[in-house]
Amino acid sequence: MDLLRFITAGSVDDGKSTLIGRLLYDTDSIKVDQLETILKQSKNKSEGEIDLALFTDGLRAEREQGITIDVAYKYFNTDKRKFIIADAPGHIQYTRNMVTGASNSDLIIILVDARQGVIEQTRRHSIIASLLAIPHVVVTVNKMDMVHYSEAVYNDIVLDYMKMAEQLNIKDVTFIPISALNGDNIVKPSANTPWYEGETLLNLLETIDIANDINHTDPRFAVQYVIRPQSEDLHDYRGYAGKVVSGVYKKGDLVTVLPEGIDSEIEAVEINGEEVDVAFAPQSAVIRLKHDIDVNRGNVIATQANMPQVSQEVEAMLCWMDTKPLTPGNKYLIQVHGKTVRCVVKEINYQLDVNTLQRHENISQANLNDIVNVTIKTASPIVFDSYESLRANGGAILIDETAFTTVAGCMLQ
Amino acid sequence: MSQFKLDYLDLLEAESIHIMREVAGQFERPALLFSGGKDSITLVQLALKAFKPGKIPFPLVHIDTGHNFPEAIKYRDEVVERTGAKLIVRNVADTIKAKGLKEQTGKFASRNALQSYTLLDTIEEFGFDACIGGARRDEEKARAKERIFSVRDEFGAWDPKRQRPELWNLYNGKIAKGENVRVFPISNWVELDVWNYIKRENIELPSIYFTHEREVLVHGEYLVAVSPFIRIDEGDVIETRRVRYRTVGDMTCTAAVESTASTIDDIVAEIHKTNISERGETRIDDQVSEAAMEDRKKNGYF
Repeated sequence: MDLLRFITAGSVDDGKSTLIGRLLYDTDSIKVDQLETILKQSKNKSEGEIDLALFTDGLRAEREQGITIDVAYKYFNTDKRKFIIADAPGHIQYTRNMVTGASNSDLIIILVDARQGVIEQTRRHSIIASLLAIPHVVVTVNKMDMVHYSEAVYNDIVLDYMKMAEQLNIKDVTFIPISALNGDNIVKPSANTPWYEGETLLNLLETIDIANDINHTDPRFAVQYVIRPQSEDLHDYRGYAGKVVSGVYKKGDLVTVLPEGIDSEIEAVEINGEEVDVAFAPQSAVIRLKHDIDVNRGNVIATQANMPQVSQEVEAMLCWMDTKPLTPGNKYLIQVHGKTVRCVVKEINYQLDVNTLQRHENISQANLNDIVNVTIKTASPIVFDSYESLRANGGAILIDETAFTTVAGCMLQ
Repeated sequence: MSQFKLDYLDLLEAESIHIMREVAGQFERPALLFSGGKDSITLVQLALKAFKPGKIPFPLVHIDTGHNFPEAIKYRDEVVERTGAKLIVRNVADTIKAKGLKEQTGKFASRNALQSYTLLDTIEEFGFDACIGGARRDEEKARAKERIFSVRDEFGAWDPKRQRPELWNLYNGKIAKGENVRVFPISNWVELDVWNYIKRENIELPSIYFTHEREVLVHGEYLVAVSPFIRIDEGDVIETRRVRYRTVGDMTCTAAVESTASTIDDIVAEIHKTNISERGETRIDDQVSEAAMEDRKKNGYF
């Protein structure tokens, strides 16, 4: 059994909450007491009918104000996989939430209303999926019941979408005609769409190959903490605890500690205090080096044969997440894995229109939910890869220097 | 590259260990909130594995309501003995006395809400900048929206609208003086994941998780242990039943479930079959109102 993280993009009107409710309900992931609460709230429905959308209902603060806050996480599992759903609101002002939810996702479900087809929102969601390099895209054409399960309507939408996606960096896309409300092609194949020969949504989620999405070729190890027991029997022990961000590590590897660029060799790789043959992404491990060199939190251990970028200047696509706008010349902290250093956003090169893909130049500031391309200069070198080529080592966040809030998510280039 | 595949428990463990190490790396005075329940027991196991061969680099903190199951306290002390971890205990009773707090009254008067006062005092006393807790997002809908690093103000209050966006596996632990961060390393685990992990790791548990005979007050659907902390009224139905605890909180607000499960395997099988959620079945304190958890969290509850 493995683990799939996915995000659902769409608004309440597209039936997103109903779809999530349907997945939870049809996989028996909803308990009786939770169902009773929902039934109580579904009073307006006719006898026995439940409002599946209520399963994703949130906090009182949200109900009172009729809004959805940030990202909510839902869980379910089948015999084949454990699933984590990032449920992000889909309205235009919530680009920030979608970017947040998408950052950790292996897959995105983009909901298209069969009656409306590919609209501006579909394009926006697809552009964000492409920017965040989500490996797999599933376009569910929902509300097929409202268009009499018409194959022609479905085919037109597929063609429209393919045409739109040509300009985007979307590698793996699958289409499924569904009705979240009636459960067509969600868990069981639907008799209403005999012309559809593909998989059901759940079957696809259960079987899609995600093992190859993890990079096991470019070794990057982010040091988080130095373990020094200083006990009698482990007097000289120095282990670098961290995360295998990508790639594989083993004893004898010739490595370089970055950004300083000091060479050494791996003496041992340990997991749970025991030596192992290899450690690979995304494992948490401990590396010991042959030489007595200064290694600290924030260092990256890479192999000498395969190096990341080490630089004080970097271009990035960033999603601005703060109400206080970004103006060129502003200073922030930039965090890349364990390293946090001061930086200045030197220039906003252009703003990307997430509805049209157009680039707007001569931008004086970026506002909440804007996606912009910037040049960042850092106070000391940072270690990274281009997000597009190595997703696991190309993400960074900007932090406000005095309020300490997270103000941007950056895809480094 | 299929030789580099990990099981879902390995993936969850790797993520949680990464979070533990972020806490140790980013904060000066972290602490792990330990109650003796299965979730905080899992946290201790993860912390042990994260820092081997070193010791856990932060103390365990127990906010003692005085309404604990004796079995949980015994277990707590054994864990400290076994791991060599430092234990800090602070008593809710002392806070009540010192601050003149008013205790709940009624049949199942609980100190659950008053715990927050003691917790905040303890955070201040030791200057803790991060407190690791065993909350899971599947427990409750207010928890489903919680970040892994959850920033709290001086009053320990959670403001759902002020949450920091959390991207990739980058956790922003920067805080102003007086603020602190609650960290939830097992956010992405569900109840069954915890049990499967306890089984895989062969972790010892307090005996009350397994079937035993107990005198209980039958209160509607709930079976509440007879203890000096609850009020027995005339006409109350008291019976001896074979029960176990699915979750371990205070004796006043945690209900037992009828069960003959005597091993972890039995428990995993039982939870597979059950059609009632963990909190729904056992937490009397959540039944007060639909937003009970949301309100407690805004008042500094962990």
